[in-house]
Amino acid sequence: MKKILIAATAAVLVTGAGLLSASAADKLKIGFIYLGPVGDLGWTYQHDLGRLEMVKEFGDKVETTFLENVSEGPDSERSIEQLARAGNKLIFTTSFGYMEPTLKVAKKYPNVHFEHATGYKRDKNLATYSGRFYEGRYIQGIIAAKMSKSGVLGYIASFPIPEVISGINATMLGAQTINPNIKVKIIWANTWFDPGKEADAAKALIDQGADIIMQHTDSPAAMQVAAERGKLAFGQDSEMIKFGPKAQLTSTMNNWGPYYIQRVKAELDGTWKSEDFWGGLKSKLVVMAPYTNMPDDVKKLAMDTEAAIIEGRLQPFKCPIVGQDGKEVECKGGTHLDDGQVLGMNFYVKGIDEKIPGK
Amino acid sequence: MQLVLEKRAERSNAIALISPLIAIGLTLVTMSILFAMLGKNPISALGVYFIDPLVDGYSLQEIAVKATPLVMIAIGLSLCYLANAWNIGAEGQFLIGAVAGSWLAVKTQGTDAGPWVLPAMLLLGAVGGALYGLIPAICKVRFGASEILTSLMLVYVADLLLDYLVRGPWRDPKGFNFPTTAEFDPVATVPVLIEGGRLHLGGVIALVVVAAGAVLLAKTIKGFEIRVVGAAPRAARFGGFNSNQLILLAFAISGALAGMAGIIEVAGPVGHLQPGISPGYGFTAIIVAFLGRLNPIGILIAGLFLALTFIGGEQAQIAMKIPLDVTKVFQGILLFFVLACDSLILYRFKLVFASPKVSRGAH
Repeated sequence: MKKILIAATAAVLVTGAGLLSASAADKLKIGFIYLGPVGDLGWTYQHDLGRLEMVKEFGDKVETTFLENVSEGPDSERSIEQLARAGNKLIFTTSFGYMEPTLKVAKKYPNVHFEHATGYKRDKNLATYSGRFYEGRYIQGIIAAKMSKSGVLGYIASFPIPEVISGINATMLGAQTINPNIKVKIIWANTWFDPGKEADAAKALIDQGADIIMQHTDSPAAMQVAAERGKLAFGQDSEMIKFGPKAQLTSTMNNWGPYYIQRVKAELDGTWKSEDFWGGLKSKLVVMAPYTNMPDDVKKLAMDTEAAIIEGRLQPFKCPIVGQDGKEVECKGGTHLDDGQVLGMNFYVKGIDEKIPGK
Repeated sequence: MQLVLEKRAERSNAIALISPLIAIGLTLVTMSILFAMLGKNPISALGVYFIDPLVDGYSLQEIAVKATPLVMIAIGLSLCYLANAWNIGAEGQFLIGAVAGSWLAVKTQGTDAGPWVLPAMLLLGAVGGALYGLIPAICKVRFGASEILTSLMLVYVADLLLDYLVRGPWRDPKGFNFPTTAEFDPVATVPVLIEGGRLHLGGVIALVVVAAGAVLLAKTIKGFEIRVVGAAPRAARFGGFNSNQLILLAFAISGALAGMAGIIEVAGPVGHLQPGISPGYGFTAIIVAFLGRLNPIGILIAGLFLALTFIGGEQAQIAMKIPLDVTKVFQGILLFFVLACDSLILYRFKLVFASPKVSRGAH
């Protein structure tokens, strides 16, 4: 009996697989690897919104698959390879920790194109992409300095990697244009997503006198704490206004949709090339949520700054930049720091009293 | 009136043997209903879960890769549990083993160190894990501290130590501050068995560990002592067995195996030290140990079976767009039925009309 069952199952499977492959043959199969669940309301959620936007654009021409909650440890290489083996021709791996596994799988599958978010290792069939989130942070710094009564900003940071360090520096450089004596208190949460820890950090910062909370972690917990305590805050990754309707000033949102559309189009046209894409406000990969809970003059200043960055009139890392040690930082980009200096940033600008952990 | 579990006077060996099969059968039925409710064809869904991975060389390799750390850790844990020593901290011993072995890999990086590096790393991993496992064991035999609590709490200590090392002293200087060491040199890497695949030498080591565990328990006096100390502590005392010594031994072996599994995982599939090297292997292995009924061969089968549900679950996500959560529900239901079947073989329900006074006082 059991044998018959197995045989029947196998038969169903074989016919099923045959039908599937016939209908899917002319569709471009695209795979995504997500770090969190799609419902994290932060990093992964934004990637999934981008995927859905891309699917809407191409409709029947594409078929997408995602694997969520893929840990950055030993499992990720298998998950990526599974997508490649399942016939996906373009695979997006959306977290830094997938860098080595993506590289390994890309070497094994030269005919599949890979795209790794926020990494720095590329190959013939492996491109990288990320966002200039520091541009949004610069605007946030200006708003924060305008809105703060105590002159102390509270900053919840995740890990001391260049993306986070450059965000802190951009915030301070923006804030210093308004108030040269502005202070920032930083708490390292050592996590991207831990609502409990993030909320505790926000409370501690407020207790230390901060009246504006900004975060480089992914949950809306800090926004909720700020709202409860009657303080102001900035969202992260996504629109968080519903967690603090009276608290959110704006949010630096990651908008991956246009990039995914552009890359899938290239793949469909046969023009896909491995490259490094680093998009900011101008390419709409970074988008500011509506400016709320601030007077009109601050709102106007924020919008003007945003326009200036988009038009290239304003560079957040404009030289001269003075480091914490009082020495001027070498200016490799002519008028501003070059991309390499921002991508590898490992120093604080003058005006920050804290130390980078582990340095 | 209350419902109590009463121990059955006699138990049938045949039923005990097929109980896991009954559990799996019940799981399959329940899952079929769940799949049907999700609007998926239950037969093809179960096929993707259980049959597809078994008829494909690539998936078989991946099952072995996934099962390797689970089986190694679970064998060690089974010795502890048989000796009535509750090591919950295998996850920490796994991490410390990974750290101890990685130390050598980091120190020899870029030098022309020979092929002795990998064996030395494995040894260091085992020693590191064993020493770390001995901490809760010594606290237990010396001070009577609950090993359940101490071994569990040491997991977090190990986690933070690893975190500190890869963010600070061992960080890849060319890694843009990201928390990881540089990729290990080839001499510090566990070799793969089949070119182009991921099956590595660790799989063979796991099989050796299973065989050694089976011999230890079935054929040696120490194995006998471990079993007696757990099953009948009074008899063991009369027999003159030193139960403290056995607890230390069980923890040391268990820690050593977890530690070696840790360094194999780091020097094998991962290739460098970073946070998050374990997706909870040390805890999942507890399930594997009990699913395998604390028997080495049983553990091997249980480890492979649990790995199969992971791989099958992933393929179901891809092929049928079945959410990952269903895989977790699936594993949960399986454990539920295994435990339920086990309980009902050893015990039976009984309605007690006048509840005994003793139990009333106990509440």
